[in-house]
Amino acid sequence: MSEQLQQLGNPSSLHTHGRATRKTLEDAREVIAKKIDCLASEVIFTASGTEANNIALKGLFWNGKKTGKNLVVISAIEHHAILDPAHWLHTHEGAEVITVPITSDGVIDLDFLRNLVSERRFEIGVISIMHSNNETGVLQPINEIVAIAGDIPVHIDAVQSFTKTALSYKNLGVTALTLSAHKIGGPLGIGALILRRAYEIPALLHGGGQEREIRSGTLNTPSIVAFATAVKDSYDAARVSGLRDSFIAGVKRLIPDAYINGEKSARLPGIVNVTFPGTQSDTLLLLLDSAHVSASTGSACSAGVHEASHVLLAMGHSEETAQSSLRFSFGATSTQGDVDFVLSVLPDVISRGRAAHT
Amino acid sequence: MKLIAAMSGGVDSAVAAARAVEAGHDVIGVHLALAANPQKYRSGARGCCTIEDSHDARRAADVIGIPFYIWDMAEEFHDGVVEDFLAEYAAGRTPNPCLRCNEKIKFAAVLDRARAMGFDGVVTGHYARTEISDSGKTLHRAVDHSKDQSYVLSVLTIEQIAGAIFPLGDTTKVDIRIEAERRGLAVAQKPDSHDICFVPSGDNAGWLRDRLGSEVGPIVDQDGKKIGEHKGAYTYTIGQRKGLGLTVPTPDGSPRFVLKIEPVSNTIVVGAREDLAITTMSGERPVWCGPAVTDQVQQGFVQIRAHGSALPCSYYFNGTLLIATLDEPLLGLATGQAMVIYDGDRVVGSATICETK
Repeated sequence: MSEQLQQLGNPSSLHTHGRATRKTLEDAREVIAKKIDCLASEVIFTASGTEANNIALKGLFWNGKKTGKNLVVISAIEHHAILDPAHWLHTHEGAEVITVPITSDGVIDLDFLRNLVSERRFEIGVISIMHSNNETGVLQPINEIVAIAGDIPVHIDAVQSFTKTALSYKNLGVTALTLSAHKIGGPLGIGALILRRAYEIPALLHGGGQEREIRSGTLNTPSIVAFATAVKDSYDAARVSGLRDSFIAGVKRLIPDAYINGEKSARLPGIVNVTFPGTQSDTLLLLLDSAHVSASTGSACSAGVHEASHVLLAMGHSEETAQSSLRFSFGATSTQGDVDFVLSVLPDVISRGRAAHT
Repeated sequence: MKLIAAMSGGVDSAVAAARAVEAGHDVIGVHLALAANPQKYRSGARGCCTIEDSHDARRAADVIGIPFYIWDMAEEFHDGVVEDFLAEYAAGRTPNPCLRCNEKIKFAAVLDRARAMGFDGVVTGHYARTEISDSGKTLHRAVDHSKDQSYVLSVLTIEQIAGAIFPLGDTTKVDIRIEAERRGLAVAQKPDSHDICFVPSGDNAGWLRDRLGSEVGPIVDQDGKKIGEHKGAYTYTIGQRKGLGLTVPTPDGSPRFVLKIEPVSNTIVVGAREDLAITTMSGERPVWCGPAVTDQVQQGFVQIRAHGSALPCSYYFNGTLLIATLDEPLLGLATGQAMVIYDGDRVVGSATICETK
């Protein structure tokens, strides 16, 4: 990446410098395309996963609108980068948004979706469901969703899953798919939308016509090259799952009333969402951070106040238990030593956390 | 010590946190989210609870190099401070919400939570000092008397004072701004907040009218004769002269002042300036910031407004009420305000004024 930062050529220029940059850029595109199992021409680079989600949801909606389709279908556990554009489409474009509910195991209710599609097939412009949830790690049944959808365009947010679990754009048969570099160890601020080659959707940004005229703007070659480099890094899913399972066993041993959210479902290797009854997650976060452990809570509102996770609420949690939950993530560089360290500080953190909320 | 620094997003609390770090403490910055629906930006110098303020606090913590968190205290603040403020006005008294916030939020909810989490105390940017003497840790006025905030801290118990750290008490405000500049804190020139933080418009009367209604009632003289009408009793204060809208003049043409607010009958009593004079005040629910006051009469000072002067008095505690007798009469004193007793610069204690004579 730092090497590429010294290259001055604009990949869209015709001169020698431009060509050199373009060569590197297209090499990177091919690496990413190969990993996600799509054509290079199906990769549209964006500045973030959020941008890719916005292009996909709004673009596919507007496409459908041309033939009178006004319905947007999402799930209750989508990231805000889908929830908020869906809300925007409702407020500004008059879209009807239907949210598919979630079971207590964290998986979308397929029967609900099946009924909805059979009743209103010709009204649905787009279905957008995430490949795996960022808070619980629970994998969603994308194959079944695509089968139910038939010829309705399906977008999946695969930001959390990419490189962590088997993921083939071609085999899934979805219309569009979102990726982000920083979730796989790449740089911040670079993402991609994978969109079927023959598909044309309205753009959000207009200008130089880059990226199939769907995403104008000079391409961020240094970040794209770094994105491709991160794709090449190996991720040992079995090893990470082992760490996760050892962590879960430790948590259950040390904090007997703690429970794992989505434990019965197929999940990503590296994410564990734990409820510690009688605590408040922002307190636990502070205490863990003081002990040099970084964990996270669902999300914060614009004022920075921790809110109950909409994902856990959708799984049937109360405000109170949702507020008592934390997400722990393990990555390619995590070790058993890290797991043991977290477990060594956890009992004290939980008991102080409980004392602070009595 | 392990300390929580309460950071409002203003210059004082930022410098206080920086000083605590410099003194060798292990400090974590916490911004208290007190409004359920905060405004995005401050307008002028009002309040301290906007999203912009929380960003300013976060930026200051980053510059100082300490962890930073936001604690949601909106519910505690609403129940303990805003509701109390409304109830007091509805009862015809004049409350001080900053004092209530220190008593119930900053040095209660926050300090309790901090202690349970293993912290030793709370750092704030208040202008006040503490001293360790034979009788324990005591609360004192700041060196900068014009900025002194010991009045609004006078509700702290000995136990709360033990957990309170005020790093700014030895410095003037002017020097704090210079120091903030030197430390690279962008809030160095941020305006002071003067108003009640949960009344962002600054229009207290309007805010109260929206919530308590504006039931018209009589304005009477001391003989009970109606001489005018008011628009909601709680928007008036004892000693107020302007804005009464009275058209009936006094026999000698002298002005009238609000003497009394009677919430039950929704009546305001007005009278001559000399009728405002009081010499004795009694306060309920006393809090001692050091050794308890006894039934032995002591000489000292009493302060009845946040930035008022300290009035020479004698005082004692009759077992229920803290009673202070002024050396010189005072004009206009509202019940509901805190009476704070000082022994020189030391805060002896405080009570809520319930009766004046």
